[in-house]
Amino acid sequence: MKASILDVPRGFWSLLVGMRITLTQFFKPVITVPYPHKTLPIPARYRGPIELTADPATGKALCIACKLCERACPSDCILVAGVKLKGEKKKSVTEFKLDFTKCSLCGACVEVCPCDAIRFSKNYNLASTSKEDYIFDLVARLQAEKKQP
Amino acid sequence: MSFLTAEPVRLLLALVCIMAFVGLNAAYLVLAERKGAGRFQRRPGPNEAGYGGWLQPVADVAKLLSKQLIVPPGTDTILFRLAPLMVISPAMMCLAVIPFSQTLVARNINVGLLMVFSFGSINVMAIMLSGWASRNKYAIISAARVVSQNVAYEIPMLLVVITLLMVTGTMDLNEIVRQQAGWFWHWNLFKVWVNPLMPVTFVIFFICMLAETNRAPFDMAEAESELVAGVFTEYAGMGFGVFFMAEYANIVLGCSLGTVLFLGGWQSPFGLWPGVVWFLLKLYALIFTVIWVRWTFPRTQFYNLLNLSWKILIPISLFTLLLSSAMIKLF
Amino acid sequence: MIAPTDIPSRTNPQETFVLNLGPQHPAAHGVLRIKMTMDGEYVTRAEPIPGYIHRMHEKMGENRTWTQFLPNTGRIDYLSALHYNHAFVGAVERAARIEVPPRAEYIRVITSELNRISSHLVWWSAYLLDLGGFTPLLYAFADREKILDLLEAITGSRLTYCYFRFGGLCNDIDDAFIQGTRAFVAQMRPRLKMYRDLVTDNIILRKRLEGIGPISAELCRKYGATGPVLRGAGIAYDVRKVEPYSVYSQLDFHIPVFPEGDSMARYRVRMAEMEQSLRIIEQALDKLPAGPVMGKVPRVLRLPAGDYCYAVEAARGRHMVRVVSDNKDIPYRVKLRTPSFSNLSLYEEASKGMMLPDALALLGSLDLVIPDIDR
Ligand code: SF4
Ligand code: SF4
Repeated sequence: MKASILDVPRGFWSLLVGMRITLTQFFKPVITVPYPHKTLPIPARYRGPIELTADPATGKALCIACKLCERACPSDCILVAGVKLKGEKKKSVTEFKLDFTKCSLCGACVEVCPCDAIRFSKNYNLASTSKEDYIFDLVARLQAEKKQP
Repeated sequence: MSFLTAEPVRLLLALVCIMAFVGLNAAYLVLAERKGAGRFQRRPGPNEAGYGGWLQPVADVAKLLSKQLIVPPGTDTILFRLAPLMVISPAMMCLAVIPFSQTLVARNINVGLLMVFSFGSINVMAIMLSGWASRNKYAIISAARVVSQNVAYEIPMLLVVITLLMVTGTMDLNEIVRQQAGWFWHWNLFKVWVNPLMPVTFVIFFICMLAETNRAPFDMAEAESELVAGVFTEYAGMGFGVFFMAEYANIVLGCSLGTVLFLGGWQSPFGLWPGVVWFLLKLYALIFTVIWVRWTFPRTQFYNLLNLSWKILIPISLFTLLLSSAMIKLF
Repeated sequence: MIAPTDIPSRTNPQETFVLNLGPQHPAAHGVLRIKMTMDGEYVTRAEPIPGYIHRMHEKMGENRTWTQFLPNTGRIDYLSALHYNHAFVGAVERAARIEVPPRAEYIRVITSELNRISSHLVWWSAYLLDLGGFTPLLYAFADREKILDLLEAITGSRLTYCYFRFGGLCNDIDDAFIQGTRAFVAQMRPRLKMYRDLVTDNIILRKRLEGIGPISAELCRKYGATGPVLRGAGIAYDVRKVEPYSVYSQLDFHIPVFPEGDSMARYRVRMAEMEQSLRIIEQALDKLPAGPVMGKVPRVLRLPAGDYCYAVEAARGRHMVRVVSDNKDIPYRVKLRTPSFSNLSLYEEASKGMMLPDALALLGSLDLVIPDIDR
C-alpha cells in the first residue's frame, strides 16, 4: 500500500525527467542531412556495383578475360567474353556484362581477379523502373568514361 | 449596418469564423506537430513544400481530397459516413462559448461550462459509431476501448471541474475569466489559499484532457502499432481527414478550456493589457505541451489507463473536492 | 497491476473471433503472420505462421562453393550479419584447420560487438515503436548511424556485411576506425544513461513491461530459446562464456542475467549487454595485436569429409552452423540453427490468455528478425 502510494509521485517524477530530456533535445541542432540537397562523403571502401579499371598509360581495360570472376560470383551475375588480339600476349575483354539485379556486392569477384581489373564503384543513385536498366555493360561504360574524363 | 449587429447574422459570422479557426488550426497544428516531433527527434520535419514546409498542410489536404472515399462492403453506410461529421461538429459547437477575449465570444451563455461538457461527450459516441460501422475487427476493439476510456476519464474530469466551480461559483466562462483578473497568482491554477491542491487539480485536468482527446500516451483509439489505425482503419481520403481535424479541434477546445479555467483566459499575467493575444499565447503553450508529451512517452497499456483513472485520479480528485468544500465552509 | 490471466478459455467459436495479425501488421516488423484467436481483447490462442520470406538459404548452401555461401550468411539475420559471418567462417575454419591470425580474431570481436550494439539499438527503438513511443527510435538511430558509418568505412557495406573470410578478414582496419570506435564508446556511455532516464525508468514503460509475458527457464528449455530471452529467465547461458570462441576467453566481461523472466527482464538484459559490449570493445582495442589479418588458406578449399559445428552468440541468441562435407568443394549440407526461430516457437504457449497489447509487448521483447525465422 505504502509502496503503491509512493509510486504515484515517483512515477510522476520519472515522467518529468523524460520530458526534460526531450525538451533539451528540442533545442539542440538538427543532426540529419537533407538528402538529396546535401550528401555525405562516401568512404573509400564503399561497395557500389563493380566497374572495370583501365590501364592509366594506355586507357585500355586491364581485364584479360580469364573468367575467374565469372566463376567466383555466387549469384552468376557476370558474363565475360574476350578475344586474343594480334601482337598481344594476353586476351582483351570485349564484353563484360553485370546483372546488378542479382549482385550481392559480396566482393568475391574483386578479390579473385588476378590483375585488379575490377573494383567497386561509388554509384548509389540507382533507382529505375525497368529491370533492363540494371544489366550494365561495363566495357561500354569504360569507353564512355574515357571519352569524357 | 444595423443588420450586422442582429443576433442571427452575428451568430452566422461567428460560426464561419469558428469553422475557419478550426480548419486553419487543424491544418497548421498538424504541421506544428510534425515540425515539433522533428525537433524533439533532432530532425527538421517536413521542409520540402514551400519555404520551411509551410505549404505542407495544403499539400496534405490536396492529397486527402484527391483520394477516393472508399466505403467497404458490409459496412453500415449511413453511420460510416455520418461518424466523421459527428466527431467534428460538437467540437466546433463548444468553441462557440469559449471567450477568446472579453468581447470576442460567439455566444456568451451562463451555463457555458455545462454546454462544453455535454457536447464533448458526443465525441465518444461518434468514435464508437465509426468503429462499429466500419465492420473491422481492429476498429471494433478500438471502439470498445475508447468508450471505456472516455467514461473512465469523464469522472475525474468532472470532479475536478466541480472543485473549480465551488471556487468560482459560476458556470459562465467569461465570468470565470473575469474573476482571475490581476497578477498571475490570481489565476485559478495558483489559488492555493482556496485550495492548496489547485496545481494538482490542473495536472489531473490536463491528464484527463489528453485521455478525452485520445492523445498519446492515451491514444487507444488509434494505437497504430497494435490496432493498425484503430477506429480509423477503414476510412480513406477526407473521411480520415475529418477525423484528423476533429482530433486537433478537440485539442484546441480542451486547451482553451484549460486556459479559461486555470490559466486566466484572456487575462494578462501581470495585470496589464488583457486581451486575445494572451489567450492565444496560453492556448498555444498548452498545445505545445500536448505535443511535447506525445513525443516523449510510450503508450499506456489499456488497463493501466483505467487503473490510473479509477485508482489514482478519481480518489485524488474526490479528495480535492472534499478539501475545497471544507476550506470554503471553514474560511 | 497485471491483467488477469486466468480467464476461462472459451471454446465456443461463437464467442471468439480470429484476428489475423500480419503479414503486414505494424507490430510484426516484417512479414510474420500471427493468427490470433481472441476472446474480446484476450488472446486465447496465438499461432505464428512464418514462411513469408523463406529464401532457402540452407538449400542454396548445397549448390555453391564454400566461399560463395559467405554473402548469404549476412542476409539471414540482417541485423547481426557479422555474427552470422563469424559462425560460418568459424565452422569452415574448424573443419579445414585454418589458423586465423590473432589480429583478425580481435578485429572480429570488435566488429561483432559493434554489430551487437547496433542490433540491440534497432531492437530497442523498434520495441518502443511497438509500445507507442516514437522519439527513442530517432535517438537510437542517431547512435546506430555512427556504428554503421564505422563499419561501412571498413567493410564497405552498411547492413549486410560480408567482411570475414576463411582464415581472416577481407581487409584490415585503419587508425581512423580505431579512433572512431574509441570516440563512439566514450559517447555511447552517457547516451545509455540518457536512455535509462528517458525510457527504462519511465513509469509508463515499467507498468507496461513489469510482470508482462513471463517466460520461465523451463519454457525456454522446452523450446530451445536462447540469448536475452533465456538470460532474462535467469539462466546465465551465453555462448561467449560457456563455449568460448574466438578470443572471448581473453576478455573480461560478464553476462547480465535477470531472474524475473518478464518482458522487463529481457529488456534489461539487452540494455546491460550494450554496456558489456562497450567494455569488450575497449579491451579488445587495447589488446589489439599487430600482424596480418589473413592466414594461410588453400587456393581451392576442400573440407575433409565430416560433420562440423560452430556456434556463436548472435544478438538474438545462439546461432549455430553445422556443415557436412563429403570432401568436395561444395558443401553436402549447411544447417543453420537460428535463435529467432526457437524464440518464436515459445510464443504460442507464452501468450495464452494475455491481452492483445501485452501479447504484442511479449512479441517485441523476443526480438524477432523475420528472415532469421524463415531463413
Ligand atoms: S560483388 Fe559478388 S555478387 Fe556482385 S558481381 Fe561480384 S562476385 Fe558477383
Ligand atoms: S575482371 Fe579480372 S577476373 Fe574477371 S575476367 Fe577480367 S581479369 Fe579475369
